[in-house]
Order: sequence, then structure tokens, then C-alpha cells
Amino acid sequence: MPKTLNILIMDPPYESANTATAFRIIAASLEKGHHVSVFAYEGATALTLEGQMGHPNPVKKTSVEEEKHPLSKDLVAGLFDLAHRNQVTLNWINCGMCVDERGVGNWINGPKRGGPPDFVKAVSGSDQTLVIATSR
Amino acid sequence: MSKYLFIESKDPFESNDTIQTYGLIKELQDQGHDLALFLVQNGVFSSRKKARESLFSQLLGAKNIAVYADDFALEERGIGTEDIFPQIKVAPIEALVDLLMDDGRKAIWH
Repeated sequence: MPKTLNILIMDPPYESANTATAFRIIAASLEKGHHVSVFAYEGATALTLEGQMGHPNPVKKTSVEEEKHPLSKDLVAGLFDLAHRNQVTLNWINCGMCVDERGVGNWINGPKRGGPPDFVKAVSGSDQTLVIATSR
Repeated sequence: MSKYLFIESKDPFESNDTIQTYGLIKELQDQGHDLALFLVQNGVFSSRKKARESLFSQLLGAKNIAVYADDFALEERGIGTEDIFPQIKVAPIEALVDLLMDDGRKAIWH
């Protein structure tokens, strides 16, 4: 029976293994037919920034195409595609104040702007809440 | 009795908080709660038989705790299934999702 996972993430792109694990949990949940709500807080609001670009690797002397640099915006887009294919909901909210502070408002299709009250609503409307806080 | 899921992402030799998390789990274990501990990322380093972390070792083997290690994290770090404590189950991320969706289980990430 489909359930709903609510997950809060905080880490910015390309800095923490937490992001990869969160993406794996979200993808596995969607694959299993569950709905997922994501609240992207603080640095995690940059995960969906549309202007992200791949780069060559001068150490390995690989081009942009050869490097196939994984971009977090593409991974999130893939999660939306997965949700669509599996006919489940991925509700992704970027914290508006965090977005404004960082100037990361130009994001890919899919995420919505919101705030902490949306997270509170998602807590009461979900079967489980997982908070993956940034820690050093 | 309550049900808890602890997701441990840190190596106890990198972060002293991890020892405190093990301590909390041990207290809950002693009180008889239903516990699951899922090791991810650098958290899987404590699963090695040769690791010397006595508090983690004490958690293993009790009836009211199941300990899992993320197969992806083990593979990334070159840790073979023969290298880890036999009480630990190697599990895919889908198993973690099943635990998260278990009715009434409280999830705590560290």
C-alpha cells in the first residue's frame, strides 16, 4: 500500500555524501510506489539550480562530454521523471527565504517555493519524516 | 514499547557524537524497545570485525536490535561481507525504505 515519506535535506550540492544517500532513499521510495515530500532547506535549495554546468577534468584530461559530470539538478529531474513513470507524487519544496539569501531562484521544472509551515504540514500529512541535518 | 530506526552515517573514529548515539541506542535496547540500526556512508566502518569500538560491539546480538549495513557503502569502501561482524545484515537501500515505512517506527538520522 502506498505511503508518504517526508524528508528534509540541508546540504548544498557537491559537498556531502548525505545528498547521494537522500537521493537514493527518495528514488527507492518512488520505485516502491510511495509518495515523497522533500523540503529543501538552506544549502539544499541550490540542488535544483538550473544554471549548473558540467566541466572537463584537467587532471584526467577528459572533456565535458567524456567526464559526464553528474549534476544535482539532473538527478532531481530524474526523480521527477521516476515519480511520473510510477504514477506517484514527488512534492519538492525549496525554502523561499533560503533561496532568496543564496540567489538560487532559477530552478528546473518541478520544485515549488515554500517555507517551514509547508514542512510542518508535510509532517502531519506523511507516514514518516526523516530529517537529514547538516553536520560537520 | 516503541520502535526506533537509527540511521548512522558517521564513523565513530571520525566523530565522537557517534559514541553518544551508540550510547542512546544501548539505553533503549536495555529498556526493551524494538530497534533497527542502519549503517550508511562512513557509518559502515564500525561494521568491520577488526574495528575496536566496544560500545558498538555490545549492541550486536541482542534480540531487540537488528543491525544493517548499506551494501553500496560497503562496496564503495572495499569492505567485503567476510570482513564484517556476522550479526550484521548487508542490505540494499530498499530495505531502509521498508524500515522507514514500518508503521509507528521513529526515524533518527545521525
